[in-house]
Amino acid sequence: MNIPATNKYTNNDEWIKVDGNIGTIGISDYAQEQLSDIVFVEITVSIGDVIKQGDSCATIESVKAAADVYAPASGKVIAINESLPDKPETVNSDPYGDAWMVKIELSNPSEIDSLLDASAYEALIKSKE
Amino acid sequence: MPESLKSTAIKSWHVQHGGRMVPFAGWEMPVQYTTGPTLEHNTTRQIAGLFDIDHMGQMEIRGPDAEEFVNQMITYDVRRMKLFDAHYALLCYADGGCVDDLFVYKLPDEKSKKEQHYYFLAINASNCEKDVAWVKSHSLGHRVEINDISDETYMLAFQGPKAPEIMNRLTHINIEKVPRFTSAIDTIFGDIPVLLGRTGYTGEDGFELFFPAKHALKVWEGILEAGKADGIIPVGLAARDSLRFEACMPLYGHELSSDISPVEAGFSFAISFEKDFIGREALLKQKLEKTKRTLIGFEMVEKGVAREHYPVLKDGREIGWVPSGMFSPTNKKYLGMAYVFREFSTVDTEIEVVIREKPVKAKIVKKPFYTPAYKR
Repeated sequence: MNIPATNKYTNNDEWIKVDGNIGTIGISDYAQEQLSDIVFVEITVSIGDVIKQGDSCATIESVKAAADVYAPASGKVIAINESLPDKPETVNSDPYGDAWMVKIELSNPSEIDSLLDASAYEALIKSKE
Repeated sequence: MPESLKSTAIKSWHVQHGGRMVPFAGWEMPVQYTTGPTLEHNTTRQIAGLFDIDHMGQMEIRGPDAEEFVNQMITYDVRRMKLFDAHYALLCYADGGCVDDLFVYKLPDEKSKKEQHYYFLAINASNCEKDVAWVKSHSLGHRVEINDISDETYMLAFQGPKAPEIMNRLTHINIEKVPRFTSAIDTIFGDIPVLLGRTGYTGEDGFELFFPAKHALKVWEGILEAGKADGIIPVGLAARDSLRFEACMPLYGHELSSDISPVEAGFSFAISFEKDFIGREALLKQKLEKTKRTLIGFEMVEKGVAREHYPVLKDGREIGWVPSGMFSPTNKKYLGMAYVFREFSTVDTEIEVVIREKPVKAKIVKKPFYTPAYKR
């Protein structure tokens, strides 16, 4: 299970990587493995949208189920991964890299402190298994 | 996992080999292995896959009146069948709705001194008890013996273009002499008796195997070992569903149910109107008068996964619903089947599927999405 220490995580298996005041959002390796083969991705927010922590920002579907991706933090959407819907399988192969979904300009950076670090997230996964 | 679920004899093998166990039709079954459903699907299409489908049921009907009785119960005329033939058929209610869909085999009756045959029915797991009770409830006055042999009979499917060649290494008989929709009785792995049906539910060539349940692990591991160098793998229920879906084979509870008739589903090939059977009158009326709704195939024009129960629209008006839909691994397209009003059922008709409350563009295409690869 790959859990990069550079990211923060939510209880719902999203990750956010913070660089200055920019946060990049995706779903974790554990989440993609649980969902199994991803066949559909739709980014449901647009550049310029202002989203709050917990808002849905993408929908992904695996062979058997659909799942929402919730924003780990609040901010203004500054980029979306437009090529991801054409290659949804990237979520399985590179969940922390090419399968990033949304970039936001953080409006409340203190929210990041409330998220899980890699070791806390690892403990959470272990408790689920 | 609820404790009331039944499990097959090789559950621990599945768990040890990365099988992800889920509840299905009252059973705990592997939905996929670590390979994942897409690769399991593609491997079955390209090489072969082995499926534990012991959740499915089996019933045998014997006795002097077996032929006449079976013919009364199922839609297909078993008098057309030669010994060892296997044919798709349906059990229907008087109103034409489906009790179940099944494969019927005509087999020599080794228990009988006379040159008799009996009928062997492979039925759905979810309907097994219902089917047996339904058939038994009509048997009064017929000299038949009806046995539910699901517990003692193990069922595996071995499907894919390489399956016949691999199976031929394991059998005494020459598999090439067992054409599609026939069967053979043989022994494998020493003295394990097996009924080999050249049938299946994937759109590929291959077999459904029936043998005594106590040999489950030996046969399962034996086939995997025999095909190891060829690259065969175990395949879970998710890929089994996508394989049958691409071939537009119905799955009970989706394309067929007590509320859907086989005429609406387009399976008239499995109905012999020239004989009497339960549901004949209703089905004949439907065939002659045409049903209001009919089963079509569609392709998403805009991206989206059409799933079961999603409504189908034409110019904003609801014209039907989706019994099955998914991303097709072989076609690499988002496809689905839908029951729609007949006037909107022609190929190229533009429709919309409501996905998460949003109408998404689709168009009607020809079925099946995948043309079965085997010779008939």
